[in-house]
This record gives sequence, structure tokens and C-alpha cells, in this order.
Amino acid sequence: MIDRVLDGRALTPDSFDWRFLGLIASILSLGVLSIYSVTSVQTVTGTPIYLKQMAWIAIGCVAFVAMLVVDYHKISRLAYILYALLLVLLVIVLVAGKTSRGAQRWIPIGPFVFQPSEFAKLVLVLTLATYYTRSPRQGWMQRVVLPGLIMLPGLLLILKQPDLGSGLSYLSIYFSMLLVVGMRSKAMGTLLLFAVMLFPFAWELVWGSLHDYQRERIMTFVDPAYDTGGKGYHGLQSRIAIGSGELLGKGLHGGTQSQLKFLPEGHTDFVFAVFAEEWGFLGVLVLLGLFAGLIWLSLEIALKAKDMLGALLAAGLIAMLAFCLVINIGMTAGLFPIVGIPLPLMSYGGSSTVATMAALGLLLNIKRRRLTLFY
Amino acid sequence: MSTRSGTQHDELRELQQRLILFKVSLLMVVGLLALRLWYLQISEGSYYQDLSENNRTRAVALEPVRGLIYDRQGVLLANNVPSFGLYVTLEDVKDRRALIESLVKMVGLDETTVRKKLSERGSRLLPRKVKDGLTLREAALIESHRLDLPGVTVRAESQRNYPHGLTAAHLLGYVGEVSSDQLEKSEYAELHLGSIIGQYGVERTYDRFLRGRAGQKTVEVDAMGHEKRTVEVGKPMAGDDLYLTIDARLQALAEQLLGEESGAIIAVETTTGDVLAMASRPVFDPNVLSRELTAKQWEKIVQDEGHPLTNRATQGQYPPGSTFKIIVAAAGLETGTVNTTTKVRCMGGFPFGGRVYRDWKAGGHGVMDVVDAIVDSCDVFFYTIGQRLGIDTIAEYADRFGLGHETGVELPSERSGIVPSTAWKTRARNEIWLPGETISAAIGQGYTTVTPMQMAMVMASVAGNGETFRPRVVRSIKERATGQVLDLPSVPRPKLALKPETYELLHESLEGVVTRGTAGRARSALVRIAGKTGTAQTAALKDDRRKGEDVPKKLRDHAWFVSYAPAEEPQIAVAVLVENMGHGGSWAAPMAKQMIEAYVKSKPAGPATAAAAPSDELPAAVAMRGLHD
Repeated sequence: MIDRVLDGRALTPDSFDWRFLGLIASILSLGVLSIYSVTSVQTVTGTPIYLKQMAWIAIGCVAFVAMLVVDYHKISRLAYILYALLLVLLVIVLVAGKTSRGAQRWIPIGPFVFQPSEFAKLVLVLTLATYYTRSPRQGWMQRVVLPGLIMLPGLLLILKQPDLGSGLSYLSIYFSMLLVVGMRSKAMGTLLLFAVMLFPFAWELVWGSLHDYQRERIMTFVDPAYDTGGKGYHGLQSRIAIGSGELLGKGLHGGTQSQLKFLPEGHTDFVFAVFAEEWGFLGVLVLLGLFAGLIWLSLEIALKAKDMLGALLAAGLIAMLAFCLVINIGMTAGLFPIVGIPLPLMSYGGSSTVATMAALGLLLNIKRRRLTLFY
Repeated sequence: MSTRSGTQHDELRELQQRLILFKVSLLMVVGLLALRLWYLQISEGSYYQDLSENNRTRAVALEPVRGLIYDRQGVLLANNVPSFGLYVTLEDVKDRRALIESLVKMVGLDETTVRKKLSERGSRLLPRKVKDGLTLREAALIESHRLDLPGVTVRAESQRNYPHGLTAAHLLGYVGEVSSDQLEKSEYAELHLGSIIGQYGVERTYDRFLRGRAGQKTVEVDAMGHEKRTVEVGKPMAGDDLYLTIDARLQALAEQLLGEESGAIIAVETTTGDVLAMASRPVFDPNVLSRELTAKQWEKIVQDEGHPLTNRATQGQYPPGSTFKIIVAAAGLETGTVNTTTKVRCMGGFPFGGRVYRDWKAGGHGVMDVVDAIVDSCDVFFYTIGQRLGIDTIAEYADRFGLGHETGVELPSERSGIVPSTAWKTRARNEIWLPGETISAAIGQGYTTVTPMQMAMVMASVAGNGETFRPRVVRSIKERATGQVLDLPSVPRPKLALKPETYELLHESLEGVVTRGTAGRARSALVRIAGKTGTAQTAALKDDRRKGEDVPKKLRDHAWFVSYAPAEEPQIAVAVLVENMGHGGSWAAPMAKQMIEAYVKSKPAGPATAAAAPSDELPAAVAMRGLHD
């Protein structure tokens, strides 16, 4: 039984990619370090936040190994069931979720809160990859519309929370996979035409559904410096934190922006700003290098995947990670509006950490299997 | 199967080729991010570094501790006590309305006052005081709600305190926050909104010594505006201590003598110009005025009919009444209009210009020479010589005695009174001087007004045979920076050069006033006193000479008694004015006598030097200075 589940392979050290693991471990460590730095000044009752994050990482390791050892083809078989389960969870969130700052995103489980939208991205990748693998992929109906219809309920439920950040990542996964599967130019053209035509309606629909604070964030992106005490506050403080780090940074615990709480959400969405303030441009280059390396290795996995499912899965997972990475750093650096997307592997948050590590486990899984194809 | 597999394999290849696009865009995006971060951290790094410094640090003024004020014997008259002040830094206030609401609820602030304070001009980054004198309980309440009240801080600070309460209130003055208008004056240039300065009395005139120099502390604050740690401190320098010329015991006696009556008592040491006592009633409470007042409290004080904020000694202007006869007599003797043999028959009236100017004594005094006329305060004698002198000569001598001029005592807004003359009337009223007005002026009624301070100096001039010193209220200053005591020298005034015979005659007659004249109630067994009574007519009853108990009190005349002692070797001049007390001899003279007797009795004790200040006062001073160090 166990043998069947594990595909007859033992989990031996040489089956790991040590570079891949090393990169993940490095980024996680820098994340914990930044969380430790920013939260150690806060008076929090109970367990310090950095210890909690380490516990989440431990749970993430379990998820990582679980996603690694089970053949991804077998996981793929569960895709639709998982997707259905996800939709149920998203409905539960709306019905019985925990509300915080105007958004209802969390399901309380005992002392913890669980954020299904973080897992939605992973499940969507799995679902779309499974769909495309099984589908004949003929015509735009099968390539665009059907997967779009599969994706839509999840998207709407996430936007209803509302969770703009997760919604955008979710949507980006769909488009990325669409792109990877490839479309005839006609189909692509039609889609773009539709998109352009529908944009005013979609804008109205989307804008109208946004909460005040989301609209403010987007509006102040247009002119962020006009009121430091008010709406552009988060963005400006984040840029001050990053900019004041200069070349060498202010050192651990030296980040005045984060230590003195000018920077909000220092341990979650703005953890990159904390890191950049304390470690400077050199630290930032190292971190960007680590992330780029991780995604580069992931792309190698996708490029060398033995089959369609593996390649699609890998591409979707890469899209998911890369989107969060770029948008998060971009928003802290003032390139994008602040939409509330965590930095993978660094931001504090149980659901995000576990989901990201599961995704990385799945990526390594694809790599492992490609060597075993012709046993 | 194999076809399917082959197609799939081709498609997989195609798909994987497309992933090359991913690789390229990944490199581009990472490069773009790096470029953006280079721009923020390297290119604009120093700009953001500045913003971050401004964010985290804030300059906080460290208020200096005000100098202490002692009397001439080293009795502490003004010190500082610890107090809690409530401050608000606008920059850190997130919701002003909610803040005002909770402050009103927690410490019972007046809503309009707080709103006004918060909307005043001034830096958003500097904490502004909203209330002082918080109780310990209120301070603790605020501190415990710190996190809910961003921008609010409670500071321990020093509060001006006058341990003797109302004693010498007008002389000491009071302190208060510098106003926006005051800040624009150069003398207050180094201060900021919320600085405490002297607003009245010595506190005001010697403010530049008393206030010290503010220090500055650079503190690191968090996003809520709460201080986290101190980065840099420039220590404040406490103000210099003052040693006044007044003697607290004489001062207390003067105030006790006035009691509930309105008026002023001044005692000046003729050999130095030292003001030994300066009492004015009614009085304000400097301890109340030095704290935060509501608009209502302030209004009540300002609109009080008794004008408690007026220092009647230097700001009260009254007709001199018969005390002015000293000057008219001197003018007569000096000009030769009168000599010792000049006689005037007083029949109780002086007919002039179709009417009769009455003497205060209905039947008249009979034949009078100048000495008798002063002793008995004969009006007819002075009507006669006043008419002979003419108003301009009278005015000239009044001017030489210092009337119409400020005495120069270092107290704010001293008044100079009025010395009428033909030129004055043309200038001030654009009217011609009427001859009848000279008659009134000769006995100190009419337009002439003087302050009690001026009359004390007139007596000092007579006592010193023309040699006087500018009246002063501060003897020495103990410099904080060096610890040295700076004794201020007495400043001689220009000598009033009258003939020695004139002075001799004045001495003789003024002593006669006490020994055999109108001021019998000033006669003392202890000391020979010379003086002159006066009755200053209030405008309402100018021509009605029959004043007694049936006249409503506020319409009664003011009582004057001006004096010096000992007659043989004068050391002290005392001026007493009691409003609405009728004749000077009955009420004012005994007060002056008590002042002089108290002075003579305590005389052996020389003025204390600053170093000899009672040692028990010093630890308190040191403790207060330690508050901000």
C-alpha cells in the first residue's frame, strides 16, 4: 500500500536537489530574521511572532515533503475534488469567516486562522493543469472558455471577500497557463477584443465592488506623495524605509522605519521593506538573486518536465510564485498600487507559508519524476 | 497511442519552448526591480534617509526652571513646584475630534479652549500645552490610555508658585504662556509657543533674567509620537534668582493695614531708593493667574469693578489734594512769592471771579504764615499764593518734584499722572486755562493727578534735601551661570536744587503737621515723623465740602498721608492712599505711623546678602532645577 502510494521509490538524499532546497532555506531564514527584527520590539502576549512563523515553516516542511513524495500524477487525480473542496471553503469563509479590517478572509480553527484564498492559487494550478492535460486542447472553447468557466467561481468568491491581491494572483495564474498552453492568434485576438470591449463594464463592476480602502489605495497610487499623514501613508513609509536603507542598510534592529512602527504591516506584506531598510541595496541584491535563482531552477524543472502535466503544473506554480514576488516587491517599492499580496517565503502568515512550501514541494516532485520516467 | 503520445510530445516541446519567454521576462522583471531599488536606495537614498530621520526624531524644548525671587532678607517669595502638563503634538494626532472628545471626558477640559489651543498657529511637530496642573490621578489616567491617544504626552514640569499667596502680588506679578503677539517682539525671539514668561510685575520686567535659557532634546519617537529614547540633549539653564528690595514683614504689615480697603501703601528707603513695601488692594491671586485660566475666569478678573489687576501704587492716578501744598509752598519760597514773614488772613473763604473758594475749616484759620498754613493745611493761604504764582510756575515746580513723569521704578506700565499748565490744557483739551482753575490746582484738586509712588518720591526728595535715588525693587541678581551675586547700584536722580532754607522750612512745617497739625494720629512715641495729610476729592462731589457718613462710600474722598521719618535724619518715606476713606489725617496717617514704627523697630537688621539666604530654601530650589536635568 505504502509502496504504491510512494511509487515504489524510497526517499533518498540524492533524490533532492540541494541547490533548490538551499535557496528555499536561505529565503525562509531571511524572512524569519526580518520578522524577528520587526516584531521583537512589539509587546505581544504569548509566543513571539518569529517563533510562530518557524512553527508554520515546520508545518510547511511537512506539506513540502507530502507534495514531494506522492507522485504528482496521483495528486492530479484529486484536482477536481480539491477544487470542489476549495469552493466549499471559500463559501464557508463568506458565511462564517472572521472579519478583519473590512475583509472576511479567514476561517478560525482553534487558536489559528486559515486563509483558503492562499491555497486557492495552488489548487487552481493543479486544476487547470489537470484540465489541460486531459482536454484535447482544440479550439478556443476548450482552451479559453472552459478553463475560464472552471476558474470563475473561485475568482468571484475571492473577490467577494474581498481579497483583491489573491484575486489578481488567481487571475494571473489563469492567464499565464493560457499563455503557456498556447493559443492560435485568432483565438488570442478574439479574447483581447472581448477584453477591450468588456473593459468599461468590467471596470465599473470591479471598481464598484471595491471597498473604500482599496479604492483609496489605487487612487493614491496615482499621486502618492500628496498626503503623508493620510492615504498615501503606507506607500510613502515603505519607500522611505527602502530608500533610507541605502547601500549597506541600517543593520538588524536598526531599521527606524520598521522598529518605530512608521512602516505598517512590517512583518507581513511589507516585510521586504523591513529587509531592504536593514540590509541595504547589497542585501536586496542578494535576496533578489536568491529569488531569481529559485525561479530559474523552477523554470529548468518546467523545461525538463517529462510530460504535459508536469510542464503545465510547473509553469502554473512558477507563475503563481513569480507574480506574488514581483507584485509584492513592486508595491513596496512604489511601482504598483498596494494590493495586499504577501512576499512568498518571507511574509509572516501560516496559510501563505504552507501553501508556498507545498507548491515548491510539488515543483521538486516534478523534477524527481522526470528521471524515473524510463525506468 | 503512439501517435497521441507523439503529438503530445511535440506539443510539450512547443510548450516548453514558450517557457523560454518566461525566462526572458523573469530576467527582465528582476532587472527592473533591481533598477527601481537602485534608484530608491542609491540614487535617492540620502533623500529618503533625511525623510526617515525627520520621521523618527523630533526636537523637544526643555523648559528652563525660572529663577527664584527672595525679599531683601532672603525670604522666598516665588519658587517652582512640580506639576503635570498635558501636551498635544498635532503631527501625531490622527483624529482631532475624537481626541478632543476623550480629553474632555478624561480630564474635564473645556472643549472650546482645547479646540482653540489646537488650532492656534505654530509648528505641528512641537508639542503644545493644552492644560497644566493636572492632578496625579489625571496624569496617570492619560498615561494609561497612551496608546489610544496618539500625539498626547504628559510631562512633569515646574509650575510657578508664590508661597505667600497674595503677598506683594502686584509687585511680583505673575507668569503665563507667551502670546502669539508677544512672540513677534524681539525680546521674546528665542521663545516658542508655550514658553512661560513673566506677564506682570517684577516677573515681567526682570523676565530676561528669571526665565533662563531653554535647552533642547532630540528624541526618537515612534509612529504614535511617543518618545522612545533620547538622542541628544542640550541642557536648559535655569533663570537667575532675584533679591528684591522689599521687606516681607513690612509688606505684610502694609497689606494688613489696608485690609479690605482699596488703596496703596508705599515705603521707600530714602538713602537708597529701595522700595521696602508696595501694597495695593484689591488684589489678585498670582497662583491662580499663573495657571491655566478659562476664558470665563479671566473675564471675571478683568471685569472686576475693583480692578484688582491695577497696581494702585504705580498705576493709580489720584488728585494729590493737600499733599500738593508742599510743592506750592516750595514754589512760593523759591520764587520769593512767599517768605517766612508772609501772612495771609484766612476767614474760611477766598472770593475769586465772582465766587467764593471755601476753606475746609468753615470758620477759617485766622492769620497764617506758611508754616502754619502747612501744619493746619489752610486752603485760603494756598489759594492766595497759588493765584500769585500762576499755574505755570506751579507746574514748573511740580515737574521738578517729579510729578508728570514716571518715577522709573522697574514695574510694567507705570503711569505718570498729570501736571496741568496753560500749555497742557491747550494741548490736551484745546481749551484756554481759566484763572479759577489755578485756585483749585493750588490745593491739589482739579486736573492734577499723581500716583502714590510719585508722592513717596516727593517726600523722599524733601527728606533728602533734594538728593534722591531712583526707586527700585530689585537689589541684587544671583547669576545662575556663574553663581555670583550681582549687586545693583542705587541710581541717583538729578538733584532737586532748592534753597536750604526752603528745605528747612518744609522739614519744620511737615513735622509740625504731625506734632500739632492735621496728622496728630501719626504722632509716634518711637520716632519723629514728618508728613502731610491730603484729601483727594472724587469728581462727583467736587464742590460739595460737607462730606460725612451720609455720603455713599464710593463717592467719598480718598485719604492721603505722605510722610518721612525719622524727621531728624530721614531714612524712610511712606505714602498712603486709601480710597473713599475721607480725610487723610483720620485714616491714612495712622497707617503710615505703623509702617514707620515697624521699620524703625526692625532697623538694626541689615539687609541680607544673597549668600546669607536661609539654607532651607536652597534644597527646594535645587530639587526643582533637577526636574529637567
